[in-house]
Amino acid sequence: MSNNGHGASFINRQSFIELDARERATALFDPRTSRELLGPFDRVESPWLPMQGITPQADDGCVVMKGKIAGQAAVVVALEGAFQGGSMGEVSGEKMTAALDLACADNEKGIPTSAVILLETGGVRLQEANLGLAAIAELMASILALRKHAPVICLMAGTVGCFGGMSLAAGLASYIVMTREARLGMNGPEVIEQENGVEEFDSSDRALVWAIHGGEQRYATCLADALVDDDTPQVADAIRSFVSKGVPPVHRSSQGVLYRNRIDALHTSQQWDPKEFRALWTTTGS
Amino acid sequence: MSEYSGVRGTVWFRAFTGHASPMIGDPKSVLTRDAPLGSDHARFLCVVPDPYARFPCVRHGEVGLEEGYTLAARVREVIEHDKNTIKRPIIAIVDVKSQAYGRREETAAIFLAAAAAADAYGSARLAGHPVIALVVGHALSGAFLTHGYQANRILAFDDDGVMIHAMHKEAAARVTRRSVDELDKLAKQIAPMSYDIRDYAKLGLLYKLLRVENPEEPSQQEIRSVQGELVGAIADARTSPVDLRNRLESKEAREMRKASILVRTKLEAQWLEN
Repeated sequence: MSNNGHGASFINRQSFIELDARERATALFDPRTSRELLGPFDRVESPWLPMQGITPQADDGCVVMKGKIAGQAAVVVALEGAFQGGSMGEVSGEKMTAALDLACADNEKGIPTSAVILLETGGVRLQEANLGLAAIAELMASILALRKHAPVICLMAGTVGCFGGMSLAAGLASYIVMTREARLGMNGPEVIEQENGVEEFDSSDRALVWAIHGGEQRYATCLADALVDDDTPQVADAIRSFVSKGVPPVHRSSQGVLYRNRIDALHTSQQWDPKEFRALWTTTGS
Repeated sequence: MSEYSGVRGTVWFRAFTGHASPMIGDPKSVLTRDAPLGSDHARFLCVVPDPYARFPCVRHGEVGLEEGYTLAARVREVIEHDKNTIKRPIIAIVDVKSQAYGRREETAAIFLAAAAAADAYGSARLAGHPVIALVVGHALSGAFLTHGYQANRILAFDDDGVMIHAMHKEAAARVTRRSVDELDKLAKQIAPMSYDIRDYAKLGLLYKLLRVENPEEPSQQEIRSVQGELVGAIADARTSPVDLRNRLESKEAREMRKASILVRTKLEAQWLEN
């Protein structure tokens, strides 16, 4: 099927969101260059879920693939939002971290290797609590080490979104790509309402939820680098362009002074209207 | 398990530095100071509650936007300053309730503020600074990822008031659809779910557990002894790789993180196949 990029009509779109983690990962590689590592037939499962009467999954909800993107070596790690909400357990976390470390080692050997991480996750898998949290800390360390050599690109397509500790991992990315159906934030609206009341955040107000965490807002406020349609060729195009672009001159998470000044300039006496906030952070630029 | 009191950070920051005030221009919730430690001049950082904080959702000791960016700035300052000289140790004193749960925080991307602090700590470690986390009280979830979890070495007090966890007990029970009692029972069998620091130590992530009679009122002798342990951790970090592999290579990890080690071994073998 031919694709006209942005000109593609809605009816001709090949939805990316409807793909599972394995199909999503495959779709990002140059055709016929990818292979899966530690796939479901290796059956490395969570040792902690069966102890709690929960059926594990043979890939622990994490797909690792190696291949080529835009002609360069790349690794793609995709979390499966349909398994335990894409949560990070010991095995899924270690798969992601180890894949990034191997990419880092290849870069050090002179083989440029980028990483793409597909995040559909609520954060730590609470059934593996402290090992999940530790896995995120170690993943963050590995992102920091790898992104010196090659870009680490985080893609959030939806519909789970990226929350909890994994939002910090996304924050360390070289580039963030989102769709309008994706959300990115540290605490979901339900959690905030539970902790600090409905006055703080009314999680039933869906418009508000999207106006704060949605891909469109994150892109408009320069917190994401690309906003793409739910269209597989368009998503793959965006990933290819960031792989080709290489390591950015300065990572977003290293621009603390810029953001500290932006935070200092905010008035905190009342809640902000997301539209006004957008105008503020769009005009201040990045 | 005890309630978060928010006093321990200040107590230990003062014990090591002789002061408990923020640097000029910083929010009152972030304490930073350089002080002698062994033969080094170390940078100490701590997040403490500020009941009058500008952002309402951080007034009980939560880590929010200003806290994240202030930690980032104060750690980066040290990296910059020591660029061409001996890398001074960075000590994160950890007693944090949680990340801030607020609408303002989400709107202004608290995830990035937290990532900025972790970036600074991690970059300091990669640059060769010994980064040591001393958990004197609570170290929860996103707050610990922001402040402390990128350290080369983590030390904690062997004390009921110390808690390292992904989520506080009531919320964890709600999310996993269990009662707090059920959660307690499971935690007894499943070490990573436990709220007990002795169970956490079994995971192999800690460098050392330290015994202090009353962490809210340490004696001069106890302070000296903890300083000695920090000096030991710094020396150990300086002679080891700058990544976090020690957490997976410890004796305890070889027992409790067998699945992690299996993932690494298998993935590495398959990576090299063509």
